[in-house]
Amino acid sequence: MSILVNKDTKVIVQGFTGKEGTFHAEQCLAYGTQIVGGVTPNKGGQTHLGKPVFNTVKEAVATTGATVSMIFVPPAFVADAVMEAADAGITLSVIITEGAPVRDMQAAKSYAVKHDMMTIGPNCPGIITADECKIGIMPGNVFKKGNVGLISKSGTLTYEGANQVVKEGYGITTAVGIGGDPIIGLSYKQLLPMFEADPETEAIVMIGEIGGDLEIQAAAFIKEHITKPVVAFIAGQTAPKGKRMGHAGAIISGSAGTAKEKMDALEAAGVRVVVSPAEIGKAVKEVLEAKA
Amino acid sequence: MNIHEYQAKQVFQKYGVPTPRGIIATTPEEAVANAKELGGKIWVVKAQIHAGGRGLGGGVKLAKSIDEVKELAEEILGMTLVTHQTGPEGKLVQKVYIEEGADIQDELYLGVVLDRAKEMPVIMASTEGGMEIEKVAEESPEKIVKVAVDPAVGFQGFHGRELVFGLGITDKAEQGKFIKFAKALYTVYMENDAEMIEINPLIKTGAGDFIALDGKMGFDDSALGRHPDIEAMRDLSEEDPDEREAGEYGLSYIALDGEIGCMVNGAGLAMGTMDTINYMGGTPANFLDVGGTASAETVAKGFEIILKNPNVKAIFVNIFGGIVRCDRIANGILEATEKVDVNVPVIVRLDGTNAEEASVILNNANIENIITATDLGDGARKAVEAAKGAK
Repeated sequence: MSILVNKDTKVIVQGFTGKEGTFHAEQCLAYGTQIVGGVTPNKGGQTHLGKPVFNTVKEAVATTGATVSMIFVPPAFVADAVMEAADAGITLSVIITEGAPVRDMQAAKSYAVKHDMMTIGPNCPGIITADECKIGIMPGNVFKKGNVGLISKSGTLTYEGANQVVKEGYGITTAVGIGGDPIIGLSYKQLLPMFEADPETEAIVMIGEIGGDLEIQAAAFIKEHITKPVVAFIAGQTAPKGKRMGHAGAIISGSAGTAKEKMDALEAAGVRVVVSPAEIGKAVKEVLEAKA
Repeated sequence: MNIHEYQAKQVFQKYGVPTPRGIIATTPEEAVANAKELGGKIWVVKAQIHAGGRGLGGGVKLAKSIDEVKELAEEILGMTLVTHQTGPEGKLVQKVYIEEGADIQDELYLGVVLDRAKEMPVIMASTEGGMEIEKVAEESPEKIVKVAVDPAVGFQGFHGRELVFGLGITDKAEQGKFIKFAKALYTVYMENDAEMIEINPLIKTGAGDFIALDGKMGFDDSALGRHPDIEAMRDLSEEDPDEREAGEYGLSYIALDGEIGCMVNGAGLAMGTMDTINYMGGTPANFLDVGGTASAETVAKGFEIILKNPNVKAIFVNIFGGIVRCDRIANGILEATEKVDVNVPVIVRLDGTNAEEASVILNNANIENIITATDLGDGARKAVEAAKGAK
C-alpha cells in the first residue's frame, strides 16, 4: 500500500518535450512509473521517449486514461497548465516548476479545488511511492521501500530524511514534497490522514520550515486525529526575521511563522520534534521501537 | 522587490488612490525648487530608504519655510539613518521626498497582504494609524479589521461595508470615500502582483478626505517579468551587494553574524545545516543555497562569496547528491579550490548517489584543509571544532 500513487497510476507530462520535462520523464520511466504520454501544443501526433505526444490534456486523457499529470512548463504558463489539467478531468497534478507567480497559483488552486483536482507543489520535488512510482525529480534510489511516510516542504531535506530512515534499517512508503511557496496544493493536513489510513505506514516524518502556519494547522490536526507516531523537524530556527530563506514562502513576517512556535505546537500535540535534521533517522527508530 | 515611498505613491496615483502632492529631490537645491513649485506654507522633508520607522530615526521632518526646507534637506541627505528596520549600521539617505503639508484630523492604517491560510488577499484596516501594525495585533487585535477578498469575484460592496463599520466610520460621505479608497488599493495590489501594501498612516483630513500619507509596497519577484514599469523602479543601492551578486549566479545567499560559512544544495537543507551548526554549539556565518544542480562553477562562486566575510573561520559544504552524482560534485569542489584561494578548513559532507566514490576522490586529492565527513551531524560537529581550533 501507499498513498495517492502506485504502480498502476497512469501519468502524463505537461511540458513533455522540453529539456527538463524530457530529462525527468526519462528518469521516471526508468524508475518504473507508467508515463503514458505527454502534452506539448503543436507537437501532437509525434512520439517522444517512445510515448505519444498530444496537443491538449483533454486528448491525452481521452486516449491514455491518465489520471495524474506532472507539470514542467515554464513559470508563466503554470497556472494555465494546472487549469487545463483540472478541466480535462485529471485528479492529481504534480507541479515541479519553480517561480510561478503567487497570484497565478491562487487562481489555479482555487480552480483546481472547484474541479476536485488535487495538486502537489509548485516548486517541489514531487511524489514517490518506493519501488512503484516516481512522479518528480527526486533521486529514486534513496527511497527504499519500508514503513515510514514522509511529507516535506524542502526537496533536499526529503532526500536527507529518507536516507537517514533507510540507514536505520527502515524505509519509505510514500514521500511527498509539498513545496515551499506561499500557496501550495496538498499540505500536511490533507496528507496526514492518508498516511493514517495506509496500513503499511507505521510512522510519519514531517519536515517543515519557517513561514506561514501550515505546521501549526498540522499540529492541531495531529492532536485530534493521528494515532501513528510522528517525527518532525522545522528548518530555520537560526533564520533571521524578515529575510526570505531561498523558498518564496520561507519568511518570518513580523513575529509570525517562527520555527519555535511551530516546534512548540507540534510538541504539544505529542509529536517527536528534533532540533537538527541529523536526528531524524534516530528519532524514527526510537518511535518505531517504542511502538513495537 | 521593494520600492520607495515616492514610487509607491506614483503607483497609487495611477489608480486614483489619493496622496499628497510631492516631488523627489537628490540635492538641497532641488528640494528648495520642489517646495517652491508645490507652493503652500508647510512642507515635509522625507528620507527615502527601504525601511520603516524613518520618522523616529529623524528622517522625516516638517519645514515651515523655504529656508527650513533647505536646512532639513541638507541635514537629511547623506545622513545614515538608523531605524528598527535598518539594523545598527543604518542606511545612507540619497533622496528626499518633498511633500506638501497635510491637515491631519485622524490617523488610520490600511494594508493589503496575502493571507496564506485563506489563500486570498486580505485587506487590513485599523484606527490605530501611526502605530506598528504588529504591535496593534499583539496588544489590541480587536482594533484591526480584516477583510479577505476572493479574486474570483473581486472587491464587493460588503467588503467595503465591513471595513467602514469595523472602523466606526459613520458619516455617509466619508464611508463612500473610504470604500472607494480601499477598492482602488485592492486593484493596485492585484494588478501589480504586489506582495504587500501598507499605508501607515492613512489620514482623514479636516474636510473628511482620506489620503495616503505614507506608502510602502513590495512585489512578488516571480511576477516582475510582466511588470517592466515596476521592475524599472528597482533601487540596487538598497540591496545587499553580496546577496545581489550571488543572485546573478543563481545562488541564494544571506549573510549572518556567525563564524561557520555554509554551502548547501537546497533551501531547506541549507536552513537545516545552519540549525545543526547552532545545535552543535557553533554559529552559522551565512545561508547559502547553491541550487539543485551544484556544479564546479557554482561551488567556486560560493566559496568566493563566503570568503568575503572576514568572520568566517571554517566552511561546511553539505551537499546531498541526488540526480547530480556526488563524485562529480567532489571533482567540482577540487576544481573550485584551485580557482579560489580557500584559506580556512573546509569540511565536506557528500551524501547520496555515489557518495563513497566521492569520498575516495577527496581523500586521494590529499588537500590539507579539506576534511571529509560521513553525515550531516558529523560534518557540523567537525566544522564547529575546526572553527574553535582556528581562534
